[in-house]
Amino acid sequence: MNIHEYQAKELLRAEGVPIPPGRVATTPDEAAEIAREYGGTVVVKAQVHAGGRGKAGGVKLAKSPEEARAVASRILGMQIKGLTVHQALVTPAADIASEAYVGIIVDRAAKRPVFMVSPAGGIDIEEVAATTPEKILKLPVDTRYGLQPYQAMQLGFFLYGDVKKVRAVARIMQQLYASFMRNGCSLAEINPLVTTPNGDVLALDAKMVLDDNELERHPELEALRDPTAEAPSEVQARNASLTFIKLDGNVGCVVNGAGLAMATMDLVKYYGGAPANFLDIGGSSNPEKVVNALRIITADPNVKAILFNIFGGITRTDDVANGIVSATEQNPLQVPIVIRLTGTNEEIAVKILEQHGFSAMTDMDTAVKRAVELARGGKAA
Amino acid sequence: MSIFIDAGTTVIVQGITGRDGSFHAKQMLEYGTKIVGGVTPGKGGQTFERSVPIFNTMMEAVRGTGANTSVIYVPPMYAADAIMEAADAGIALVVAITEGVPVLDMTRVYPFVREKGARLIGPNCPGLITPGQAKVGIIPGRICTPGHVGVVSRSGTLTYEVVYQLTRAGLGQSTCVGIGGDPINGTNFIDCLAAFEQDPATRAVALMGEIGGTDEQEAARFVREQMSKPVVGFIAGQTAPPGRRMGHAGAIISGSAGTAAEKIAAFEEAGMGVARRPMDFVELLRARLRR
Repeated sequence: MNIHEYQAKELLRAEGVPIPPGRVATTPDEAAEIAREYGGTVVVKAQVHAGGRGKAGGVKLAKSPEEARAVASRILGMQIKGLTVHQALVTPAADIASEAYVGIIVDRAAKRPVFMVSPAGGIDIEEVAATTPEKILKLPVDTRYGLQPYQAMQLGFFLYGDVKKVRAVARIMQQLYASFMRNGCSLAEINPLVTTPNGDVLALDAKMVLDDNELERHPELEALRDPTAEAPSEVQARNASLTFIKLDGNVGCVVNGAGLAMATMDLVKYYGGAPANFLDIGGSSNPEKVVNALRIITADPNVKAILFNIFGGITRTDDVANGIVSATEQNPLQVPIVIRLTGTNEEIAVKILEQHGFSAMTDMDTAVKRAVELARGGKAA
Repeated sequence: MSIFIDAGTTVIVQGITGRDGSFHAKQMLEYGTKIVGGVTPGKGGQTFERSVPIFNTMMEAVRGTGANTSVIYVPPMYAADAIMEAADAGIALVVAITEGVPVLDMTRVYPFVREKGARLIGPNCPGLITPGQAKVGIIPGRICTPGHVGVVSRSGTLTYEVVYQLTRAGLGQSTCVGIGGDPINGTNFIDCLAAFEQDPATRAVALMGEIGGTDEQEAARFVREQMSKPVVGFIAGQTAPPGRRMGHAGAIISGSAGTAAEKIAAFEEAGMGVARRPMDFVELLRARLRR
């Protein structure tokens, strides 16, 4: 789960990381008022789950409350990578002497959280990694022991020569690590971590990604989810325990299992079509899930054909067939449907479907080809 | 022959009285797997299906049965503890079916299991099956048939799809292993490829990967440098948008890394067969088995 910069900063502040104050505005007037309170120059920052906010014009300096109002009126409501900005963080501008990058990510190869720090901060760390890898120090942490003081110092000495700053940053590394572990993160970064002309070390921007699998353990973090940052259909799907990702194509896909769902989307593309979504109804048989899946997919006006691809291992295909029947009785379909199912209770499923006027296929390849044709406007079978 | 499990494998089911655990314990028994015990804390002394003794702890279960393998169906928040309990009790092969295990839990579990000298398969995996001998996990037994193709995959139902097609085409399997869709798992493609290379029953390997990480690229390098047996690969997720988790926690393209295109290129570079569609496995494997 992604959270906003201001939320990540709150989690880090709670751990003691030095961060300038800031408040969130949802209107230009609020932005002006916050700027007046702080006095001096402020930064107005779009709160949106996308990188490259600065380049997109979502981060601006304002020297007065009036300017803050003007800047905020441009930022609020703007689109960054397809996402609408509903909130802006207003924070006093800091004097910057140097900028560094610090981050922790769960590294799949190392099978551990790995610290990455670089004195080349404030810019895209992937670019630094690609062009000047010697400017990055990577340090894996054994979570059974945690970040040791000497490791934190090692990270600090890679960034600064002055031992006072090194100690300050080592403390921040411990705080960042503590927050990373406490909140069940898969990524946490401070970019930039700055020094000021009078020698203070401050975190000016923060990003955190929480592991969805940890949310059961940290129910309070669920409150940080911003439903306006997701497609409404995705929110609806999550509430129905479905894994759904909206895409731009016109073949609506309902599949059991993530790997098969991806392979089905790929096959749609292979035959010249475009998938409208990723949707995994999961392993358990539950007609209700099928009903919800169909409701979400048919709500997308782009969908011109619906494709079911069910491999019945654990999933009982007769349950899926019953789901299709009851969903289409509640809401008759406006677009053609292609149903492919094979495996557990396949004969019963086919009988149920045929009794209700549907035909069922057993071969994945044929079914996908047919769905692509129908989405293009071909005649129903 | 086979890899990791065979007719002599003796299994303890962790979470045997739960909904999933009891259902799949029955399925494994029906398949002929030697389920010698189960563990559910507080239910020690009872029996499952009137024949399988239930223990309170793994230590007791291993002492009482001499089992060498365990399979885990406990809820995600308790799975890490269950894996460590099994490894600490001396289990050699731990198969974790549970989906939704926090990845930071796995950062503690992985080194622990290694230090105990155990092999972990999963979590978030369908387990494995050696057709005609034993199944440990949830792969439907009737879609498999004994033979000479080794199957290894990060997915569940996609594996069933391919295995079912192989079976219908008369291409039996030596062992099918689902390694799981999480970012940190106990056994990777290379572990399985190395075992298949050593296994006399395996003559060719089908490998199903997906977007995210670099496990497939490393597998391709291993195939090129270390394997004499032919390997055919497939990658799911060519149409997946970057930055989105495609159901599996590990199936995510981060920045520009982990795309289907780079993995397919690695397969081609290693001289592997590349299945563009799941149904291409049959012909590609048949051609390689004929040689």
